[in-house]
Formats: sequence, C-alpha cells, structure tokens
Amino acid sequence: MDVTKYTIKQISVFSENKPGRLAAIAGALEDEGINILAFSIAEANGFGVVRALVDRPDAAYKKLNAMGFMVSFTDVIAVKMRDVPGGLFEMARILSEAEINIEYSYAYSGREAAVLILRVDRVDAAVEKILARGGTLLSADEFS
Amino acid sequence: MEVLKGDALHSLQAKRLRWTVEQAGKVPFYRKMLQEAGVRPEDIRTVDDVQKLPFTRKTDLQGGYPFGFFAVPMKEVVRIHTTSGTTGKPTVVGYTRQDLDNWSELIARNLTMIGLTDEDVFQNAVNYGLFTGGLGFHYGAEKVGMTVIPSATGNTRRQIEMIDDFGVTAIHCTPSYAMHIAEVAEKEGTTLPTLATGIFGAEPWSDNMRRVLEGKLGVTAYDSYGMSEMYGPGAAFECPERNGLHIWHDMYLSEIIDPKTGEVLEPGERGELVVTPLVKEAMPLLRYRTGDITMFLEEECPCGRGMKIARLHGRSDDMLVIRGINVFPSQIEHVLRSVPEVGDEFLVYVDRVNHLDEMTIEVEMNRSAFRGELEDLTRTQNRVVAALKEALNLRTRVQLVEPESLPRYEGKAKRVIDRRGDDI
Ligand SMILES: [Zn+2]
Repeated sequence: MDVTKYTIKQISVFSENKPGRLAAIAGALEDEGINILAFSIAEANGFGVVRALVDRPDAAYKKLNAMGFMVSFTDVIAVKMRDVPGGLFEMARILSEAEINIEYSYAYSGREAAVLILRVDRVDAAVEKILARGGTLLSADEFS
Repeated sequence: MEVLKGDALHSLQAKRLRWTVEQAGKVPFYRKMLQEAGVRPEDIRTVDDVQKLPFTRKTDLQGGYPFGFFAVPMKEVVRIHTTSGTTGKPTVVGYTRQDLDNWSELIARNLTMIGLTDEDVFQNAVNYGLFTGGLGFHYGAEKVGMTVIPSATGNTRRQIEMIDDFGVTAIHCTPSYAMHIAEVAEKEGTTLPTLATGIFGAEPWSDNMRRVLEGKLGVTAYDSYGMSEMYGPGAAFECPERNGLHIWHDMYLSEIIDPKTGEVLEPGERGELVVTPLVKEAMPLLRYRTGDITMFLEEECPCGRGMKIARLHGRSDDMLVIRGINVFPSQIEHVLRSVPEVGDEFLVYVDRVNHLDEMTIEVEMNRSAFRGELEDLTRTQNRVVAALKEALNLRTRVQLVEPESLPRYEGKAKRVIDRRGDDI
C-alpha cells in the first residue's frame, strides 16, 4: 500500500508572539496566490508555531523562507469524520490500540464532511491502521 | 591610619608598594611582567614609581584560573571567594589569615566611621557563600562587637519579622533588595521603628534612590564600594558627610586613568579607577583596572579623612550588575555557543520590576534546528534558561526570536539595553 499518498505536507512556521506576524504570513501567501485550507496556532512562552495546510506547500515554503521566516514541513494525515456520534472517539481508539500517539490535531471543514488533521508519531502505521479499520483518509492530491 | 595624610601617608604607601611588588614577584605572571618592564622592588622609592608598572586586567586574572595568581603556598590560603568573569571561568580570589584580618579590620573601620558600635544589632541581608559581601561584612561587624544576624537573602517577610523582633538597628543589603524590603514592610504594616542605619552596595544606586530608601525605611543610608579583587566590599565607604566615598589610602594605592590612553588623570577628572592593594598577601595585584568610572574629589572632607572618590555609576567595559551579581555579555555569548539550537546573536534587556532587576535575553533560533515542533522550541528555551542559571547564578527570562531578526552591527555590537534608568 502506498502510504505516501496519504501523507500530507503541513507547513509549520515559527512565529514570535507579536502583533502582525500572523497577518504577514497570511498576506505573503495570498500575494503568491496560495490558498490556506486549514490552520492552527500553538503557543508557548513568548512564541508560537503556525501550522497550515495550503494548496501549494512547496511554493509556500519557498516564499516564507525567503521572507526570513523559519519554516519546516511536517507530515500529517487528514481523516474524514463520519457524521455519526462517537466518530472522534472511534478514531482515537483505533490509534491508541496501535500505540500511536497523537501529538496534536485540528479540524478543517472540508467540502463534503468535517476533516480532522492529525499529527501522529508514526505516520505509516497510522495510515495502515485507519484504512484497515474502514476509515477514510484524504489523499495529498485532494489538497492541491 | 585612616586619617594619615601628606608625607606620612606617602612614605607608608611607598613602603607597602615596594613590599607588594616583591610579593607579586612570587607569581609567575608578575615575575615575567616585571622583568619585561625592567622594574625591581628596589626601584620603588616613592608612590609615583607605581607608574613604572604595567596594568593588570581582569582577563589576566582569568588566564591564571584557578590559582595562578596566588603568591603563597596553598596551605597558607585559608579562604577562597570567586567573582564572575568575562568568559565561562570565574576569577578566584584567595586570602591568607592576615588578609582576612585586614579585611574585617577594614569593614570594622567603615562601620565605626558611621557611628555603629557593639550596642548595634546588624542584619546582613546579602548573599553568603562565594559572594564577598556576606562573609566580609559578617566578620567585620563581629569585630566591632555588633550582634550579627546572618539572615542572607530571601524570605522577605521573615527578614522583616527579624528586624522587628530582634530590634535590628542596622542593615546591609543591595539597594534594590532594600526597596523590596521597604515595600513588603509597608504592606505588612510595620514602620521598622528600630532601624536607623542602612548600608547599601554591590550595585549602583542614585541619590534619588537614597532619598526614597531613607524615607521608606527611616534610615540614614551609606554607600559601600569594593570588589573581590580588593578583598571585597569595604575598600571605600561614605563617612557621615555622605558626599563621596573615602577610599582607604593606607590599604589601596588608587589612581584614576583615561581608560583609552592609560594616562593618569588629576583630581576632578573622571576616569577609570586603578587600584594597587598595599597589604594583600595571598593575591597581590599591581595596578588593577577595576573598570569602574569615578574621580578623585578635589575638596577636602570636613571629617578630616583622606581624599575621596565620587560615587560609582558607570563602567569602562560592558559589565552589568544584576541583583548584585556581575554579568558580562561575553558570558551570555559563551553560554549560547554551547546550545546548538540557538544562534550567537542576542540582545539583553535589563528592567527593574518591583524594584528587582530582571534580565530578559532575546536569542535568535538556529534555522537548521527547526523541525516544526513547539515542544522542541520549549525544550530549547528551558535549556538556555538552565545553562544561563548555571553560568551566571541568575534566573533570566529567555525569548526565542526569529533568525536574523536582531540588529546586526558593523563595529562593536550593542548587546545590552538597560532600561533601569538612573532613578528607582
Ligand atoms: Zn569624610
């Protein structure tokens, strides 16, 4: 099975907690005609990491890097949530049974259903387990 | 001794200077230095002959780490103190029993000068340990016969309780800690009625701050000056006139020089204080450049003691004094080099928050170390804080900033923004 198909490149950008940084990132991507599909911000003591899924991650990386931002790619997976009660719990159980840790997650409203973006410690294993248990993953192509 | 002037003083100084040069000759560094300068102890006949000697710098002392500047065998060294240096290694200072006697005698002289006696109860609210302010004042005050409370720092409420319960009449601490004590005392609803004398040192403080401290604590406040290389505090002290500090000419031969050219300056001209201690056995020093900026005051003091120096506020180098601890930006640089996740560029902000010094260090991240995870960054931040604590013995705030975001300088980098101002 080709797990790389389901491995999605998230861009992670270091940002100081000061006004205007997020706007600068968003503005730069807009200038390049890059669409931000989902994003979240994780904050710590005085700084944060902006995580974003964009339609052209390589272009976004290049642009932000050239502007002086510290950027890195992070592999994530995107799980299509079934619109039934307990969908989230089900997903968490599948991963925990396989001893895969979820480092963080955030939601994204996709075209047809809610999508959960997951950063896990073992991407390949997570893809296999979720598919084997009948889950639906979005492929990287669906984001471009 | 303390009122000695004119020829009597000069002849004592010359005699002691000759002895000091002889003592320094037992240190390999000085033996070489004196040889190169072509100076023998017998060439020292007058005080002015000190100008034949080259200067000693703090970096020289660090080159001798740990005991390279000791002029006596280790078994004669009965105590060691250290002081922070410009790089990772501290400067080590050694004392013979005679040195410790000289030092406590000096502190006792200062305390007696401002009217303290064996009737006084003395709270020594400074760091004990390697910092010279603790043990130095402790033994000096005991020598006077005062009742000494070695309260050290911290637990301010308890400090205040002790002042009230033990009837403390005199306190020694840093001026910033004194401000803190004053504020907490106010909150606790006590006016500290027994307290009458405050001795403040180890960091610069203004006359403005003196007025506030005297008002809040109900004390007469005195400035104290010294550094570990000169035994510790006590080398210079304010007399009851409180208009400049008497530097003790029988123990220290002091000069003021132009820090750029090394030229010796006249009274009234501001420059760097250069000191040759005259009675130090374990660690004699020749023309030690203190880095502190002051001047000799031209006017004679009504108290009849010798020539005074102006209160010390500035440095000829970039040393910072944070909560009484010396910090050189180069020490911070040294620490940052040991953490690969961050770059070498940094900017230090010094603020006074609730009367206590706070140091915030902005550090650039190293681009190649970023893997996109927040936890990595937090770990790096904690690592830098811990490494700085270890090296400086100070808690600092560390701010991670984006690569290449701090200002770059062509010449000497401006690494420090001191926002404490000259007032409180
Ligand atoms: Zn005087």
